[in-house]
Amino acid sequence: MVYRSIKVLAAALVGLGLTTGAALAAGEVKPPRTVDWHHSGPFGTYDRAQVQRGFQVYKEVCASCHGLKYIAYRNLMEIGFSEDQAKAIAGEYTVEDGPDASGDMFERPARLSDKIPSPFPNANAAKASNGGAYPIDLSLAAKARVGGEDYLYSLLSGYTDDTHGHECSTGTYYNPYFPGSCLAMPPPLLDDLIEYVDGTPATTEQMSKDVSAFLTWTAEPKMEERKQMGFKVIVFLIIMAGLLYAAKRRIWARLH
Amino acid sequence: MSFQTDNKLIKWFDDRLPLVTVMHHTFVQHPYPRNLNFAYQFGSILGVMLTLQIVTGIVLAMHYTAHTSMAFDSVEHIMRDVNYGWLLRYMHANGASMFFIAVYLHMFRGLYYGSYKAPREMIWMIGVVILLVMMATGFMGYVLPWGQMSFWGATVITNLFSALPIVGDPIVTWLWGGFAVDNPTLNRFFSLHYLLPFVIFGLVFLHLVALHQKGSTNPLGIEIKGPADYISFHPYFTVKDFFGFAVFGTVFAVFVFWFPNYLGHADNYIPADPLVTPAHIVPEWYFLPFYAILRAVPDKLMGVLAMFAAIGVLFILPWLDRSRVRSAAFRPQYKWFFWIFALDCVVLGYVGSQPAEGLMLVISRIATIYYFAHFLILMPVLGWFERPKPLPTSIAEAVLAGKTSTSEGEKA
Repeated sequence: MVYRSIKVLAAALVGLGLTTGAALAAGEVKPPRTVDWHHSGPFGTYDRAQVQRGFQVYKEVCASCHGLKYIAYRNLMEIGFSEDQAKAIAGEYTVEDGPDASGDMFERPARLSDKIPSPFPNANAAKASNGGAYPIDLSLAAKARVGGEDYLYSLLSGYTDDTHGHECSTGTYYNPYFPGSCLAMPPPLLDDLIEYVDGTPATTEQMSKDVSAFLTWTAEPKMEERKQMGFKVIVFLIIMAGLLYAAKRRIWARLH
Repeated sequence: MSFQTDNKLIKWFDDRLPLVTVMHHTFVQHPYPRNLNFAYQFGSILGVMLTLQIVTGIVLAMHYTAHTSMAFDSVEHIMRDVNYGWLLRYMHANGASMFFIAVYLHMFRGLYYGSYKAPREMIWMIGVVILLVMMATGFMGYVLPWGQMSFWGATVITNLFSALPIVGDPIVTWLWGGFAVDNPTLNRFFSLHYLLPFVIFGLVFLHLVALHQKGSTNPLGIEIKGPADYISFHPYFTVKDFFGFAVFGTVFAVFVFWFPNYLGHADNYIPADPLVTPAHIVPEWYFLPFYAILRAVPDKLMGVLAMFAAIGVLFILPWLDRSRVRSAAFRPQYKWFFWIFALDCVVLGYVGSQPAEGLMLVISRIATIYYFAHFLILMPVLGWFERPKPLPTSIAEAVLAGKTSTSEGEKA
């Protein structure tokens, strides 16, 4: 029995080692490049300027195909836009409202309370305009993909002509970070595709990073509040544990 | 003996409904062995976790919508627009994981110190029922956000029942409330997810009644013989348990505040889509060892039966173990096999998270066979062959001689 158990153990350990090696060798998907984000770490906060630039990338590039349905214009004030700026941004959009008193739907400029309208009325319309592929809503993209914002950044900046022998069918594009290697989204970013309001040079690299930081915020808007509260809670609990341990020692000392 | 007090109101009340006496007996007077180590913390931690899950769950249910077209959005509404909704949801989701961590540690402690052995079989068996109900609750809770893993997890798990001959397909239709996982499924899962925690609450009550009937085991595995062996619950174990809450709470808080999605799946932030199957359908981590056993068996029906047998075998463990000695501290061979078994469970968990092919499948089969061999072969046989170490005559003697068993298996 002991011998058999040892064999099981050995087999398990060997197994763990072998498969890790095998997975790397056979893996076609490149692991995402990691970025030292301003929002990483236990005290990380969103870099307001970066997230605002990311919003600009979303607005001028991504928004033509991708929705952001969980974000309202009022939320933009959380990333450092003033109320007037947020109102001005909202004013650039029209949303459908209604029905009015006579029962008709009507269009009006968006208000702070409106969610950002999606570019297509429904998923089928989105697919029809995109060669059958569905451009996902980006609100949760940073949490809905393994690798999170690192993955988004790597994917956006990772298109390459060096396909390592992959043949992508017409209408799909090679990207080593994409599971399956060929995706329907054409390379969305090009150097100087947009002109940043704050004058930052709009390289593909820079835009990929900025929009990924922005999408991290859209996916996890309460992150700063969460980390700050977490720090207080954990400090409290550690002090509490220390005091309780001292109390426990003292009370139990009566027994000896 | 009823609670003694000079307060006339309390006396009047307690004489007619002895709630104060029961509470006093449970949380103040009840004698516990004086040598309980930190492995015995998890029972009270589980009580706190259950309460926390119920409280956060009730508030979440006030904001959640159990409909396929609105469930996902309502969860995002909780995360974004409900005051501290993100905190409630992350506490509830990570709370489920912490609940399972605590329950598994609680069970491994029971296995190490022989807590399931006579005369405490009922405590153990009720505990196994609690585990089963917890699993059902956890599974249905994971379905509620109606993400991709919710939907496909529900599809895979409910489909397991179709393996049963004759009754299989009708059972699955009945579980679904239709011919596929759809809105009726979500509705009934929400209803049951709300109900089952209260069932667990009732079972916990029975678990405690049985515990108080026979008293707690202890790391030495010998019974209380005299007043020198025990101490009252309050203040000794109240203070110790609160220390346990603070330590466990710290680990819990690290997950909630800094790694809230670490134990979940990225795919569950994609809304459920019956037309798109995720590349890799994996259950929550706490089901992985059982998932590995399910997939280790080539036949679907036999796999399902093996998976349920993996928990079922725990019911008969008190009779499979033939050793006269309870605690692994005095069982030199069992102690080894205990740790090998614990490792086997970890290995099963790991292979459960990997695609069932190639070497992983081989390992899962070996680990599955070992899992059952541990209970069905080792436990009965060890009792006959093992030469236990001599037991101390009393708890007090062992403790006062400085040979506290706290150093023995505090890692259990």
